[in-house]
Amino acid sequence: MIKRLLIIVVIILLIVIFLPFMKNVILKDSLNELSSGYVEKSVSDLKTANIVTAVVVTFRGLDTLGEVTVLFIATAGVGLLLKRKKGEKSKKSDKRPASEILQTGASFLFPLTILFGVYIFLHGHLTPGGGFQGGVIIASAFLLLLLSNINFQFNHTVLHWVESLSGAFYVLLGLLGLILLGSFLNPKFLPLGTLGTLFSAGAVPLIYSFIGLKVGSELSNILDSMRGAEE
Amino acid sequence: MRYTLILGFILFMIGLWAMLTRKNLFKIVIGFSIIDTGVHLIIVTIGYLSGKTAPILDKLVTPANAVQKVVDPIPSALVLTAIVIGLAVTALMLSYVVRLYKRRKSLSIEDYRELKW
Repeated sequence: MIKRLLIIVVIILLIVIFLPFMKNVILKDSLNELSSGYVEKSVSDLKTANIVTAVVVTFRGLDTLGEVTVLFIATAGVGLLLKRKKGEKSKKSDKRPASEILQTGASFLFPLTILFGVYIFLHGHLTPGGGFQGGVIIASAFLLLLLSNINFQFNHTVLHWVESLSGAFYVLLGLLGLILLGSFLNPKFLPLGTLGTLFSAGAVPLIYSFIGLKVGSELSNILDSMRGAEE
Repeated sequence: MRYTLILGFILFMIGLWAMLTRKNLFKIVIGFSIIDTGVHLIIVTIGYLSGKTAPILDKLVTPANAVQKVVDPIPSALVLTAIVIGLAVTALMLSYVVRLYKRRKSLSIEDYRELKW
């Protein structure tokens, strides 16, 4: 009873603290200096149609590298916590296989979903989307396979190589910018092209593709670990 | 005052309440996810400028008038980052829950007294 009272007091106090913030929030009607600088630069300097992508991949590229690192560490943690013991890997599950409709539907949708994910991260500099979204869509395609086929096994060698290589190439592209142009993750070492076409924005689509592959393989890894845990 | 700001705040409070009162470990993780969503909503709202559009160039948002037409791209980029991190952290927490359950065969927080303050 005391506990519940304390919780209510804590929540009411938080409301009292934050309410003045919400009342006095200043609603701007124009961009501040930094944001308008980013908007102008991403159009004139980088030829990136999606300004959010320009911010994520270029202006705040180091943040994104850190984010990919956090994702990698979380995946490693999930893998460590839900590690399967050797030997019980090949245990046949006694569950019923999924119905014909589910299996056919999943095998029909799987390549389309992968294709859609690749499209999302290749067009990250033009349309809403990018590496993270595309990677999640690819992982959802694998989730579909996991759900519809109980005996589905990931090829771990391929998964690990895709993950490691895409991460390494991401850093290498950043270092290439450092060597050629003097700043880390500078995508202007490739031709910039014209605004709004697929081959534009220098190395931004390339970097976002590597991020997409890395996120996709990492999330597939998480799905695989979690599936292994339930057995 | 924007309504999405209030909505984000309410979501944050619901999540906090769930984390503080629920006993089931999975429900605590769900509470964390709800807090996450509330925070994302608040960050996006702060970057929104009324009457303006997404920061993506097309026929209407041309390079010449982009600065006048788009909302702040930085909070959007931050939320993009935060969603992925939130997903990874939720997955990590869920795997902790699975591990704890395997060890102690219980999902109630009351059975884990080692970290009680």
